[in-house]
Amino acid sequence: MSKGMLKPGGGAMQKALAFGSLLALVLIFSFLSENFRTISNMINILQATSVIGVLAVSATIIIITGGIDLSVGTAMTFTAVTAGMLLTWLGLPIPLGVMGAILIGALTGLASGFFITKMRIPPFIATLGMMLVLKGLSLIFTGTKPIYFNDSPGFTDIASGSIIESVVPAFPLPNGVIILFAVAALIAWILNRTALGRYTYAIGSNEEATRLSGVNVDAWKMGIYALAGAVTGVAGILIASRLNSAQPALGQGYELEAIAAVVIGGTSLAGGRGTILGTIIGALIMSVLTNGLRILSVAPEWQIVATGFIIIGAVYADMLRKKT
Amino acid sequence: MTKLVLMEGIEKHFPGVHALKNVSFDLEAGEVHALMGENGAGKSTLMKILSGVYTKDAGSVHAFDAEVAFDSPRAAQDAGIGIIHQELSLMNDLTAAQNIFIGREPRGAFGTLDEAQLNANAAELFTQLNIDISPTDQIQGMSVAKQQMIEIAKALSYRSRVLIMDEPTAALTNTEICELFGMIQKLKSEGVGIVYISHRMDEIKEISDRITVMRDGEYVDTVAAADTPIKQIITMMVGRELTDSKVHIPDRSAAETALEVKGLTRGRMVRDVSFSVKKGEILGFAGLMGAGRTEVARAIFGADIPEAGDIIVHGKPVRIHGTRDAVRAGIGYLSEDRKHHGLALGMDLRANIGLASMDQVTDVIGRINESKLSKIAQEYIEKLGIRTPSDHQEVRLLSGGNQQKVVIAKWLLRDCDILIFDEPTRGIDVGAKAEIYRLMNQLADEGKAIIVISSELPEVLRLSHRIAVMCEGRLTGILPGGVEQEAVMALATQRKTTEKVT
Repeated sequence: MSKGMLKPGGGAMQKALAFGSLLALVLIFSFLSENFRTISNMINILQATSVIGVLAVSATIIIITGGIDLSVGTAMTFTAVTAGMLLTWLGLPIPLGVMGAILIGALTGLASGFFITKMRIPPFIATLGMMLVLKGLSLIFTGTKPIYFNDSPGFTDIASGSIIESVVPAFPLPNGVIILFAVAALIAWILNRTALGRYTYAIGSNEEATRLSGVNVDAWKMGIYALAGAVTGVAGILIASRLNSAQPALGQGYELEAIAAVVIGGTSLAGGRGTILGTIIGALIMSVLTNGLRILSVAPEWQIVATGFIIIGAVYADMLRKKT
Repeated sequence: MTKLVLMEGIEKHFPGVHALKNVSFDLEAGEVHALMGENGAGKSTLMKILSGVYTKDAGSVHAFDAEVAFDSPRAAQDAGIGIIHQELSLMNDLTAAQNIFIGREPRGAFGTLDEAQLNANAAELFTQLNIDISPTDQIQGMSVAKQQMIEIAKALSYRSRVLIMDEPTAALTNTEICELFGMIQKLKSEGVGIVYISHRMDEIKEISDRITVMRDGEYVDTVAAADTPIKQIITMMVGRELTDSKVHIPDRSAAETALEVKGLTRGRMVRDVSFSVKKGEILGFAGLMGAGRTEVARAIFGADIPEAGDIIVHGKPVRIHGTRDAVRAGIGYLSEDRKHHGLALGMDLRANIGLASMDQVTDVIGRINESKLSKIAQEYIEKLGIRTPSDHQEVRLLSGGNQQKVVIAKWLLRDCDILIFDEPTRGIDVGAKAEIYRLMNQLADEGKAIIVISSELPEVLRLSHRIAVMCEGRLTGILPGGVEQEAVMALATQRKTTEKVT
């Protein structure tokens, strides 16, 4: 997988830098605190990364096209609410509820794609609109109250259970983490090995040239947004499963964290360049930072400040690298 | 000969513009048919209709003995009509092979991409065309010439029998142009018909068999290239006769030196460059693409900081650490890329002229005195002969020549008496060029010191009182104005290691 994840887009240097930073952070925190360097804390960090990581994968796809998706946070919530309605209200079996949520996620992506390609609305505006529409719909459908999954035993196991624990009891890696890595691997494969992926990079690199090459850019773009939406649906399932509920008021703000992870991972907001591996590293950097600072009893306010500087620093490092 | 393409009575309207009026064009197998005309004459529009980018409003297009109406570039390509656009249309982040086969990648199982096959196909194509590029090379970082080769390979990979080239040599060096022409000859001998759009007369004469001239969206005439003098072609293009005056070199020996540069050095592109310009003098900078001329200008202007060297303005040494220092010393730089570096296209003429001199038209708290600004703008519109409905017109709506005049006005208002023109007439049509030349002469007569950088040697020869020639970052010589082209070329190819240049 390693080589496939690295191409195209090059930027091996950027990823080395991001990976180096991640390693450095882990080493520094491990040195400062023995509570940090435990297996259970490492698992905590991974578990905390799962939802935002999947969401960041979705955001990466869109950002590579040169677009932006501000609706990932509330779309995630909307899919969680969908799962709640299908499972708790309609009493459908879990697999159907999961598939329904992912399908609805894809549809929200498709809608954004439609606004962007057919109505020529800039991605920033189209997804800003979708962000509010989906937030409002989540609140309306639920009557602003959370939907609990108590009638669907086993739903919490999707994210919080551990298949691995039953094999290796000493290493209870939650399923959510496995799902994150599986989604990341699948999307990395799609981006590198399929036409959809190739056109994702091509559109981000030079949309007009891609169009002039005879590629039906509008259709592919809608497909790309639908794919990203489906990934957002997976994030919706994960967060619903972890909370054992669909919280309709949740979600806003997640999009910025997702975009931050993408940027730290070296994906260019100008489009055409970026990798899933980079994004996963970016998401992990943010989780490690939050977790480490908390263990060192740094106030949460300062954690936010630190994250802000990390984002600026990461992009600055990228600029320096490009200059030379 | 068989006709590959026959276009008759083509009409095309854009909102507010009648772009093509009853235009006809035909192309035979194995010929190079040049399409000429000033900017806005409709050449590119006509070719975009042939290649499926635009659809025509009326008229008929026959290709390969059948009436066709392509609704997409892909349809035209599949039928065997390829186009290489003026602006290179490659995806920088993809590899050479990925670019060539975009939209028709070889597939493996389950709809996956067969990258190995893709690279093999590209390698085969490159071998056929004798291009030295690896299929897995990224476009980013390739020379423009190589990118051009990839564009050609891409067009030919569709087994195109008609190839349209829109200004293919605009960014190529002479050696690269030779290579391109070699490839064109090869394609010709294989029966490919080539439509060749260019502004460079010498090239057109060298490469083409027939020439069709368009003006203001209308067809003017088609003539044989071999027995039509360039002068006649220009007359057909502009609709009137242009006198190509020889350079007049005034005596400036008594004038004081405006700018002196000593030992300017920055990286590999600017190596120990020394020269001076007097007041009222036009100093031309000639050299091949990549010789370092623009880099010298940028170093003087403080856009790039030089590593070593002295810059002396009006006898006083100045330290230039940024463009601000240069402007304060009275140096104005007119970038080769007007649209990106010279103008705020969406703002009006008035605002653009005042952009570098806001302190002249604002009061203590920064309020802009619009009526004063407007009055200043009016002055320059008159002085420079800018053709515009008003000083309130958005600059993007002006023609290239008039946009250039706006940039000149901006620097004149800023009191710059040393003006560096980098490719002053790029993308400006023949008629307007003469006007810019006249303006530059007028500025020199008023005592401005002018440096002109141009890749078009005839332009340098026509304007310059003296000619500085560069090669690979070094100044290889300064010639008096009015010399022969050959003398300049000899210096422009004078590489340090005395290798023989053919």
